[in-house]
Amino acid sequence: MIATPTMAVLLIPGKQIPAPAISMSETEFALCFALLLIAPLSVAGVALINTGLGRSRSAAQSLLGNLAILAVATIVFAMLGATFTGSPTGAAHIFHAAGKPWNWLGQGPWTLTGFGSLSPHSQLSLLFEFLALSMAAIIPWGSGADRFRLTAGCATAAVLAAILFPLTAHWIWNNGWLAQLGENFGIPVGDVGGFAPTDGFLDPGGAAVAHLLGGFVALAVIWIAGPRRGKFPREGLSTAMPGHNAVYVLFGCLLATAGWLAWNAAGAILWLRAPLSALPLTVINTLLSASGAIAATFTITRIRFGKPDASLCANGWLAGLVASCASAAVVGPRAAIFIGIVAGILTPLLVEVLELAVSIDDPSGAITVHAASGLWGLIAAGIFSSQQGQLLAQLVGVAALLGVMLPLTYLLLKILDRFVPFRVDPDGERMGMDLHELGGGAYPEFVIHRDESYR
Amino acid sequence: MKYAGLLVMPAGFFLSIAALVLFPDLGLRGVFVFAGIVVEAMGLYVAVRGHMPRAGESRL
Repeated sequence: MIATPTMAVLLIPGKQIPAPAISMSETEFALCFALLLIAPLSVAGVALINTGLGRSRSAAQSLLGNLAILAVATIVFAMLGATFTGSPTGAAHIFHAAGKPWNWLGQGPWTLTGFGSLSPHSQLSLLFEFLALSMAAIIPWGSGADRFRLTAGCATAAVLAAILFPLTAHWIWNNGWLAQLGENFGIPVGDVGGFAPTDGFLDPGGAAVAHLLGGFVALAVIWIAGPRRGKFPREGLSTAMPGHNAVYVLFGCLLATAGWLAWNAAGAILWLRAPLSALPLTVINTLLSASGAIAATFTITRIRFGKPDASLCANGWLAGLVASCASAAVVGPRAAIFIGIVAGILTPLLVEVLELAVSIDDPSGAITVHAASGLWGLIAAGIFSSQQGQLLAQLVGVAALLGVMLPLTYLLLKILDRFVPFRVDPDGERMGMDLHELGGGAYPEFVIHRDESYR
Repeated sequence: MKYAGLLVMPAGFFLSIAALVLFPDLGLRGVFVFAGIVVEAMGLYVAVRGHMPRAGESRL
């Protein structure tokens, strides 16, 4: 059965009339603002994990890189990206194709002009987007550890903040075409979890906008920069290059958890209009998902290696947090545990497959933890939704991100690599990123052992 | 190979979008959207294979 007899495509650029402002009580505003002040702890945690999973001779460059990337991403987004991201009730660029309106790009004021006169909801939405961008921007930095130049990392963050993130955030959060799948394409969604007035793709915690997108950028960076020297020798298995500080990694997980709880609660208020009474369950589901994930990873690594693996367990915990982003506000506790367990099982298996079977050198495990677990969380939100059309909406969103954003990310970064080479020169990699890029190490009083795996 | 795979991926996206426009039935839409994701997965597989080192070749 075909709905439209012809597939006539009419490309008529136009602007959407701004929608009425979304009301927000003072209590909601104050609580959401307070949560958004705590949420950056998740970014801090991921930064610490990135550093701990890299080598000691690149530790200072890694942590400084996180700060530099955050700074570049924030400035570029404020000056340029926020304009294209738009706001949930702001104007937007739309075109008409096959009789449907396609809201594809936001149209906000340049350089945050008039930010103070925006509605409270729009102001907090933009703040949330700044945080989501920060997370997306530092994810690829960990994947490029020990060979990704600081300048290239900052340039990548600028591309992300100016083009990739605004497109994705507008489509999903700011009344873009993915947020309007129900209204424009008749997919039966809405009233998810009994309170959420969603009308399309569901992603209140940024599983797609922050984590999946960050994972795509990480994959493109790994492909373009290549693996670390000596990682995949001519003969035999890949060389193990363990992270230099398991304490940073595990403490990073604890730090990230505090931020994540606030993050998911703030996302539920902003994007689902969840009542305050729904927030405790959202927070509990986030914890349950992470707990289920680490329990699964702990068990799998114990069976597989005889002892639990600390860095994989940390990745499992983080994978559970990422998987909870899309679903914590709309599922029950049992579903949250199940979602976490699947993420926790997936993590060690996929890390091994990516390294041993397809030669992907991802020191921080970002592709598994952020991309794969984010993808699973998005699909799980559809599977466990009370609305029969929600799974279809989630699959359409996944298809859009995988089919458009990943190739676009690779194309843009490949062009960028021509102007700002991603990979450090061989001498720089040999002496370590700290000495090469900063002129001094992170641990000057410690003896840095020669890397035996480096040949 | 690596670029061919990435070029295939948008085809999967358009397949999914065409399903939304052409079919009102939820089940049929679901089948075609899923087929679109499968096409994207195949493209991703080709891209991943294209970035792998050849047998016996050392990467850097």
